[in-house]
Amino acid sequence: MTISADAFAISAENLRKRYGDVQAVDGVTLQVKRGEFYGILGPNGAGKTTTMEIIEGLREPDEGSAHILGESSWPRNHRLLPRIGVQLQASAFFERLTAREQIRTFGSLYGIGAKDADAMLDRFGLTEKAGVRDDQLSGGQAQRLSIACALVHDPEVVFLDEPTTGLDPQARRNLWDLLRDLNKEGRTVVLTTHYMDEAQQLCDRVAVMDHGKVLRVDAPDALISELGVDSLEDVFLSLTGREFRE
Amino acid sequence: MKAFLTLSKTMTLGLLRDRAAVFFMLIFPLMFLVLFGALFKDTSAPQVKVVQVGDVAVFDDIPAEQREQLRDVMVVDKTDGSRAALNQALADVRKGDADGVIYAPETAGKSAGSGPTEQVELRVSGADSAKAGSVRSVVDSVLQQANQKATGQPPAYALATDRVEDESVKQIQFLTPGLLGWAVAMGAVFGTAYNLVAWRKKRILRRLWLAPVGAGSVVSARVGVNLGLALVQTAIFLGIAVLPYYGLKLSGDWWLCLPLVVTGTLAFMSIGLVVGALAKSEEAANGMAQLIVLPMAFLSGSFFPLDLAPAWVRTLSDFLPLKHLSDAMQGVLSRGESWGTALPVMGGLLLFAAVLTLIAGKLFRWEAV
Repeated sequence: MTISADAFAISAENLRKRYGDVQAVDGVTLQVKRGEFYGILGPNGAGKTTTMEIIEGLREPDEGSAHILGESSWPRNHRLLPRIGVQLQASAFFERLTAREQIRTFGSLYGIGAKDADAMLDRFGLTEKAGVRDDQLSGGQAQRLSIACALVHDPEVVFLDEPTTGLDPQARRNLWDLLRDLNKEGRTVVLTTHYMDEAQQLCDRVAVMDHGKVLRVDAPDALISELGVDSLEDVFLSLTGREFRE
Repeated sequence: MKAFLTLSKTMTLGLLRDRAAVFFMLIFPLMFLVLFGALFKDTSAPQVKVVQVGDVAVFDDIPAEQREQLRDVMVVDKTDGSRAALNQALADVRKGDADGVIYAPETAGKSAGSGPTEQVELRVSGADSAKAGSVRSVVDSVLQQANQKATGQPPAYALATDRVEDESVKQIQFLTPGLLGWAVAMGAVFGTAYNLVAWRKKRILRRLWLAPVGAGSVVSARVGVNLGLALVQTAIFLGIAVLPYYGLKLSGDWWLCLPLVVTGTLAFMSIGLVVGALAKSEEAANGMAQLIVLPMAFLSGSFFPLDLAPAWVRTLSDFLPLKHLSDAMQGVLSRGESWGTALPVMGGLLLFAAVLTLIAGKLFRWEAV
């Protein structure tokens, strides 16, 4: 453990990952400071999710290394796991369990008692829905539950993969408030998103990715003024081009 | 340990709340046992049905006590002595509704015959030679006894018969292990495959990878839940089969069926692991599981014995774990067999489980691609 690595919540060096003919991640290096709200932006297929999964320790990079809180995330690191919270893209819920049972199950896997798990449910405004099964929840409720499950063990670093995709504007804004509060409590938050307004509102810094590479990293306002455009969306389009992506 | 308990509880709830799964794993096989058990309950006593048209003295004169004994092997329906009744009775024999017709020659309009001998006419169908034979021998014995009695002398020779301890298998002795094996196979193959596919698709496998939980807890929780299910199935099946109505008699080391069920469950779970590794959706897993379990059950003789099956079927069935499980369970449950039967089968089932688990390990995928 070096001092410089520990100064960052996350540091990734020269990550590469290839799937068959596709170089999904092509030399990504990035650092996230402790307590920072960090966004990874990019069109579909840019390598955002793969980059995040390598950092989380879900995948082994072909090259490079990733550290969270000074600990290498690959191979699977039991000391690190309780300190990070991950919300996966698809809602990873146990089948036919109610919201309360879901969060209690996840809590129990981390050694968290039922009472604390229920408190987390309450914090995300799901107490009323505690007895409802996962497949009966609305999109916003399911998304909130999925984040609540990722946070039940009070992790220091939180990863969220497109947390607001598919939500209506009200549910999105509600979730933004929750995410801001998480960050204010001192947690480091990393999220991927397609929504530039979301990144502009929430993130201290963003990394714009395309073709497996990081194109630019800076605060949203700094990028806007650097490129002389009006919004983060314009930054995004001028960096990644306007052609349609699959 | 905590993770093991949590995951076991989660899996159990997921299973019990899946009504279709509960039906197919518990209730469906049980229906087979209850229905088949009732249907085939009395097939072991071959009873023949004979129509007596009009008066036939030798039958009408059978003493009440003897008639009582006769009723175990032959039911006699007496109709009036008209020609129409005779034709009707003969038609019944042709259709198989009755096994034989007895009547006096006069009923058919023939002369009574000459001399002191009273004729009894018997007509049987040629379609079922076994039944025809037993009708003939029962009627013959009635006549012989009457003849002997008519002499007024004690019989010169008497036949003393008794039954030897029956080696043949009563239906319930056969149905219980066969259907139980089928039920256990369905639960283990389906439960394992479905769980694996669903958790992969919902990315719970990935989510658990990121939780401080050992792979051992996840695997042992699944094994534990399936073993629990299999033992519950066993308890219910045996509980029903030993009811006096069904009449299964358990022999000495019947409890050996428990380790057999356990090893069998492991073998079937390994099939489920392979199915779960190959199937891309829950529906595909379900279909593949049925496609494997149902033919295996037929070929293993779960529903009916393979004694009459062609040799190649029996050869094929020797490679199926279910056949060995059912055979061994039949042996220890009701034929007084013991370790000698059970131990090699347990070893074989464990070996089968080990080989398929290795294959499943090679095929395993974290992600639904």
